[in-house]
Amino acid sequence: MKRFLIPLGIFLVLVVFLAVGLNRDPHEVPSPLVGKPAPAFRLEQLGAPGKTFAPADMRGQVWLLNVWASWCVSCRAEHPLLVAFARQGGLPIVGLNYKEVRGDGETDVKKLAAGDELVLTRQRADAWLQRHGNPYFLSVLDMDGRVGIDYGVYGVPETYLIDKQGVIRFKQIGPITPEALDKKILPLARQLAAES
Amino acid sequence: MKKSALAALLLTFATQLHAADATPMAEDPVVEARLVAISEELRCLVCQNESLAASRAELAQDLRREVRTLIRDGKSDADIRAYLVARYGDFVLYRPPVKPSTWLLWFGPFLLLAGGAAGLVAYLRRRAGRVDATPLSATDRAAAEALLADTTAPRPKDDR
Repeated sequence: MKRFLIPLGIFLVLVVFLAVGLNRDPHEVPSPLVGKPAPAFRLEQLGAPGKTFAPADMRGQVWLLNVWASWCVSCRAEHPLLVAFARQGGLPIVGLNYKEVRGDGETDVKKLAAGDELVLTRQRADAWLQRHGNPYFLSVLDMDGRVGIDYGVYGVPETYLIDKQGVIRFKQIGPITPEALDKKILPLARQLAAES
Repeated sequence: MKKSALAALLLTFATQLHAADATPMAEDPVVEARLVAISEELRCLVCQNESLAASRAELAQDLRREVRTLIRDGKSDADIRAYLVARYGDFVLYRPPVKPSTWLLWFGPFLLLAGGAAGLVAYLRRRAGRVDATPLSATDRAAAEALLADTTAPRPKDDR
């Protein structure tokens, strides 16, 4: 009897390991930034030329930083959820428009005249928001993706939940699902809002 | 004739266009050599089985650009790795650091090896206890010797 129990035990352990391995998404790399202060930046806003925004401006508020771009297919899938969420007035969402022109895989910015990239970025981002709705409190323009690198962005969309002290408390990689919003983001946001 | 000339012309331009598209990064061979040495040890996050040196993903290009800037700024290799780990975690390193959370990763194989060896030793010991070493009886020995001596007996036919 013991003869069969040992291989059976080893087999069951293997099954558990493989099942866990199969159900995990290898593209979801846990971010080392959770629990750390949100990296500082100062970028130009989308709607207001000349005006800038920095994460420090949100001190004392719990807010979401959502990385998006008009060429990003998953962002479009996520967008209706964000629009509905913003309409309920849950949390302020700041949009980080990530490599709007450089990221589309078609436009060669080296061939653009100086200043044209900014114009093109505004045009495309504005058009996209007009078409699909604008859930953002404001959006900033990260044209070369440097701020994205500071935030460890490697696949758009990504969303960061930032607390009143400016510390990243949660990162959603990929589109926000209704499940992630209800089970993770909202409960945590409520808890953070209660903190002083 | 005209057509082939046109084709030749187009081909020439095509290669030239490609040449222009290829990133002209070999400006400083020392920086490039260091960039390759560092980024071969780093994982591209978009296509995870490729190194940062080999990947053609957009993000890999951006990160190579950042690494190049850091090299020019006089940062050490360790600084550059720390820069990337701070943003993307230990996952970017093909050689993860030895620390409590990676102990299983580093020493797991040796643990398995030790477990296998222990199992083997236990099995051999048990087996040695089970196989009894009774000597051959005199009659058996005589029978065996008779069989060996009988070389005239027909060999069993080989069916193959």
